[in-house]
Amino acid sequence: MNHKKEFPIFQKNPKLIYLDSAATTQKPKVVIDAINKFYKEFNANINRGLYDLSIKSTEAYESAREKIANFINADKHEIIFTSGTTDSLNKLSRALPKLFNKRNEIVLTEMEHHSNLVPWQETAKENKMKLKFIPLKNMELDYEIAEKIINDKTAIVSLTYLSNSLGTINNIEKIIELAKKHGAIVIIDAAQSIAHKKIDVKKLNADFLVFSGHKMFASTGIGIIYGKKQILEKLPAFQFGGDMIKEVSLEESSYELPPKKFEAGTPNIAGAISLGKAIDYINNIGINKIEKYENELTTYTIKELKKIPKIIIYESENQGPIISFNLDNIHPHDIASILSYENIAIRAGHHCCMPLMKKLEVQGTCRISLSIYNNKEDIDKLIQGIKKVKEVFK
Amino acid sequence: MNQQIYREQLLELWKHPLNKGIIENPSCEFKETNSFCGDEITIQLTIKNKIVKDAKFHGAGCVISIAMASLLTEEIKGKSLEEIKKINPEKIINSLGVELNPVRAKCALISLTALQKAIK
Repeated sequence: MNHKKEFPIFQKNPKLIYLDSAATTQKPKVVIDAINKFYKEFNANINRGLYDLSIKSTEAYESAREKIANFINADKHEIIFTSGTTDSLNKLSRALPKLFNKRNEIVLTEMEHHSNLVPWQETAKENKMKLKFIPLKNMELDYEIAEKIINDKTAIVSLTYLSNSLGTINNIEKIIELAKKHGAIVIIDAAQSIAHKKIDVKKLNADFLVFSGHKMFASTGIGIIYGKKQILEKLPAFQFGGDMIKEVSLEESSYELPPKKFEAGTPNIAGAISLGKAIDYINNIGINKIEKYENELTTYTIKELKKIPKIIIYESENQGPIISFNLDNIHPHDIASILSYENIAIRAGHHCCMPLMKKLEVQGTCRISLSIYNNKEDIDKLIQGIKKVKEVFK
Repeated sequence: MNQQIYREQLLELWKHPLNKGIIENPSCEFKETNSFCGDEITIQLTIKNKIVKDAKFHGAGCVISIAMASLLTEEIKGKSLEEIKKINPEKIINSLGVELNPVRAKCALISLTALQKAIK
């Protein structure tokens, strides 16, 4: 698999070894061109004008929605545009508690990104709900304890599919089954998995699934909430204003049906179009092929890293294309800084998972995350770079 | 930027930090956290007649933050609180003798922030 040449950033920076795709992926030329084309050729607001440009931009926006729906096997009415995963989770955490009376527990896990933790802390405070956490055991969720934590008091279960700091792929099927058995609502944070693994929301039976465009080759500022139709129909609107109304008088208003009800104001049209194009791009390669390729590269990376003395890899049995490690007593910042002199971009720090770092008893880790433009050569250069780090600190 | 960051003197301070330890009954102390990386540095001071008699730090951090904490605690011994309040962040970064990007500048300044909050 050789897709590096499809990403202009590597032409501008030929020496760049980009191993931080979990933070944001690079953008293929086709996506950049699609954004350009929109602004150059048919920029107009959607759902407004009767003129050609507006009709064209509305069509492009709605066609992106359809592509996204098809990509995860949803209906297009179940796809809501947001500004990203954080926005999606904040909106759900504000709106969902209004659906519950007696159930007052929210179940999360110890490995959540701050974006799937902090909004729920606020929600719990405001609605007098309790937070419960599925603990970690050997870099995996402890599913035995999950069975006890998820019960008839559980209102919402919200968890990540693929941990952004450990790379662990969670058995979400099992958690969804548990939640459904007790009648709880399940939200899957697919931000880290969406560019790497096939998702079928019907098969999964999750109530909500959220992700960002920029971690799957699209631009920043665009994200998705997938929600089951029958729940979206009951869910109160997130925001109010233009585009989401049916009829407005000075005293009161009635609202559109989902998904429009949840998209007040002018949306990120170019972002939506870029996401539609990114999905075309992924589909052209094939998500299953991507998964297979990245699995092989992940295995290779772990194998090579393990040859380095005094390296600690936070590895799980179900590892996605994200690998966290520490090296001897060297601070992750120092490792990342020295690697950056070799044009190698990795992430170092707490990865927006401070409670998880505390649990691992580390200040932070170094994180490598892979995508389709990476290859074994990149990994070999990374290993050389890590050897240089050891030289500096010897 | 270049590998100059990791010049001998700073690495030496990281391996053998100055003033790393605990003051049992400090006149004041402050623990500062770097929200970017989660690092924590605590600065403790013994103050007599508004003059710093002793300064120590503890906590974990990268080469830059540990070296800076070493140099800073060394620098302030014998200084008055008024002088400490006037320490200029840019000057203190320059004292490391290396160029830092904005992210690494935060690493360098964590101990100064802790120090200035400790004497407030």
